[in-house]
Amino acid sequence: MNILEHIEREHVRLDLPDIRVGDTIKVHVRIVEGERERIQVFEGLVIGMNRKRARTSVTVRKVSYGIGVERVFPLHSPMIDKIEIVNRGRVRRSKLYYIRKLRGKAARLKERSPRPS
Amino acid sequence: MVQGLIGKKIGMVQVFDDSGRAVGVTVVQAGPCTVIQKKEGSKVQLGFGSIKDKRVTKPLQGHFRKAGADLFRVLKEFKVDDPDSVEVGQEILADIFDAGDVVKVVGTSKGKGFAGVVKRWNFGGGRATHGSRSHRIPGSVGQCAQPSRVFKGKRLPGRMGGGSVTVPSVLVIEVRPEENLVFLKGPIPGSNGGIVLIRKS
Repeated sequence: MNILEHIEREHVRLDLPDIRVGDTIKVHVRIVEGERERIQVFEGLVIGMNRKRARTSVTVRKVSYGIGVERVFPLHSPMIDKIEIVNRGRVRRSKLYYIRKLRGKAARLKERSPRPS
Repeated sequence: MVQGLIGKKIGMVQVFDDSGRAVGVTVVQAGPCTVIQKKEGSKVQLGFGSIKDKRVTKPLQGHFRKAGADLFRVLKEFKVDDPDSVEVGQEILADIFDAGDVVKVVGTSKGKGFAGVVKRWNFGGGRATHGSRSHRIPGSVGQCAQPSRVFKGKRLPGRMGGGSVTVPSVLVIEVRPEENLVFLKGPIPGSNGGIVLIRKS
């Protein structure tokens, strides 16, 4: 069992910020198109996280042209160039699935105070 | 070079490959295997895994002594492409494989016990509801007075699993000779800790 844990730990990235549910983040994703490589930014609200060492993933939701878009990113993937935290929201649950039913002003979150309680 | 190794399945884990994709891999501790005997037809007998002295029969102990080697749990034959390059007593390491190789993997599948036809032969089974009383039964097993017997080979319930299973083409994702580890793409037969054979194909 130890060998497997060891192998998985090698893939954990240490350069990522401390992301929490309720944060608004910008994910810079590497996109390979044939020979060329470019970076695409996906900005949205973290509505869920699955914390599993190197398999950790985040679900990011944004509303694009009136349509809700959700993307799940494997956090430790080398395809992720970097992640920026835009805003930290104060939330009281681990999964913000209720946000999907809300629109506009109702879908806002209060900002979290910089010092976590 | 010897065309295969005996190994132990460690388990599965997810890694990211060179192109950044997440791949599920099975980690196998492949080797080190010791050459016990050279055989006719460019083959060698390899030994793998430690074992207590008292568990090895005296005749077999003599066989190991002849090679000047320790006692091993598993003995298997493998092909060699150039028999002159291999000597008895030599250790074969996982570096005979490279990332990108396609290999054949043989393992002993997990035993499933006495299994019905739905599990064992992928029969459809009967209807679940609406008064059906035939849920997982095999149904008819043949005709009537002619031939008045059940044909041999008819797929029926019975012991399932616990047999040798070969996966014909498995991709090698990574090799770590210093740790004797080989990463194979996807699953391979058997439980963790089981003995597997990896052959070049």
